[in-house]
Amino acid sequence: MLSYSLFAMTQSTPAPADPPAADTTGTRVLVELEDVNKHFGSFQALKDINLAIPERQVAIVLGPSGSGKSTLCRTINRLETIDPGGIIRIDGRPLPEEGKALARLRADVGMVFQSFNLFAHKSILENVTLGPIKVKGVKKAQAEKDAMELLERVGVAQQAKKMPAQLSGGQQQRVAIARALAMRPKVLLFDEPTSALDPEMVQEVLDVMVQLARDGMTMVVVTHEMGFARKAGDRVLFMDQGAILEDSDPETFFTRPQHPRAKDFLGKILTH
Amino acid sequence: MNGFLELFAEYDILGAFWMNIRLTVLAAIGSFVLGTVLAVFRISPVGSLRAIGTSYVNVVRNTPLTIIMVLGVLAVWGQLKIEFFDDFALNFFTYAVIALSLYHASFVCEAIRSGVNTVPQGQAEAARAIGLSFLPAARVVVLPQALRGAITPLGNTLIALTKNTTVAAAASVAEASGLMKSMIEFNPNLMIYIFLTIAIGFCIIVIPMGILTTWLSDKLAVAR
Ligand SMILES: Nc1ncnc2c1ncn2[C@@H]1O[C@H](COP(=O)(O)OP(=O)(O)OP(=O)(O)O)[C@@H](O)[C@H]1O
Ligand SMILES: [Mg+2]
Repeated sequence: MLSYSLFAMTQSTPAPADPPAADTTGTRVLVELEDVNKHFGSFQALKDINLAIPERQVAIVLGPSGSGKSTLCRTINRLETIDPGGIIRIDGRPLPEEGKALARLRADVGMVFQSFNLFAHKSILENVTLGPIKVKGVKKAQAEKDAMELLERVGVAQQAKKMPAQLSGGQQQRVAIARALAMRPKVLLFDEPTSALDPEMVQEVLDVMVQLARDGMTMVVVTHEMGFARKAGDRVLFMDQGAILEDSDPETFFTRPQHPRAKDFLGKILTH
Repeated sequence: MNGFLELFAEYDILGAFWMNIRLTVLAAIGSFVLGTVLAVFRISPVGSLRAIGTSYVNVVRNTPLTIIMVLGVLAVWGQLKIEFFDDFALNFFTYAVIALSLYHASFVCEAIRSGVNTVPQGQAEAARAIGLSFLPAARVVVLPQALRGAITPLGNTLIALTKNTTVAAAASVAEASGLMKSMIEFNPNLMIYIFLTIAIGFCIIVIPMGILTTWLSDKLAVAR
């Protein structure tokens, strides 16, 4: 089964500068947020976020609409800037302000969007090879070979020559995961990856994500899929009004939520 | 109709139209390159570049082409004495190409920017998320889609440019409208025929551009 592991494939050539991976899960902190605040004008979308995500952890982010879940994800790879004073570190290195260094560090953080965002004018194969070729300087032939393997793993290799618009939502989202994996990221961020999908396609995407989690990929996942959270999550972060109100393991969170607003939220989503 | 066919022998009508075509092709290339650069300025994260792009478009787009053409010749040739070629005609042809390029670049820029608006924000975000910085993201992901979405306004700009090459007469370039004036001056009795000849000539050049534009914009549309 190991040869079919998504993550094993993505890690087959570790970056040389990296320290050797620790034997015990979760000693090396891959994502660290320190005193992170974020304002949109006068509106505060993130409040005093302090968070450390060790490697191999799958952190589930829950919370009502507008609570700042997407904003949290987007700040981790600097699609949104944060207020001065806060620090975000990826694998120990602070996210640079701008330019080439930022682009390089961003490549370590993969992102999967709710609306897939496949490059509409590129074929499926080109979507996956673009990053490795343009950012990492991988040779085209090698990039295509790697991409085909990844597409095979997520089950869309048959569609490699097609354009994104010719694929179903579930297939597009699996391609988006392959595209992110092709950069061999240290962390993968998912912002409601199944919310835009027809119900019958949700499972095929979740299956890929569960497999990734089993393979030890470090993941931050915003989702309302409670089944996935219980099955694959190591940790639940409950957000409301820009703050992390509760931080616990999934079992504790779902059976004994502490904060009244967490109880309220769970009551609402579990009743339908 | 008497003497109409002789006009073709007496005047180089085809040669004059050929001049308009050459002005069109060169200025189309020039304005496309400059307009693309300006469009990149206008969408760039750098505030000062955006300001340059915006000012250029606002100033140039709102200035009559004739004034740019005449001012260019007076200032560059008359005052600054900058000559690109010893040959008089070639030199003025070059001024005209430059003036046409500078002027139409502002329209190309706006056409491309309208194309950029057809590209969903998520495309640029996905490009940034895989580690592309602004310029590669613009070049590989945003602009190719923006251009496909901008074919109709770009085609309209090309058509306007073709007709605006007649303004090069103001820079002493021997093109079709200038020729029309002198033909009418010496053959006032044939005025209507001369006028129709020139008008039909432009239609023959411009109509295929419109057809090509419509065809291309359907063919290259990005499916989402
Ligand atoms: N670009 C922006 N400009 C202004 N306000 C914004 C912007 N982006 C987000 N916000 C605000 O910040 C708050 C948090 O938004 P965010 O998208 O992070 O919420 P969310 O938890 O992801 O919600 P949802 O479940 O609806 O996706 C919301 O009130 C939103 O209106
Ligand atoms: Mg959201």
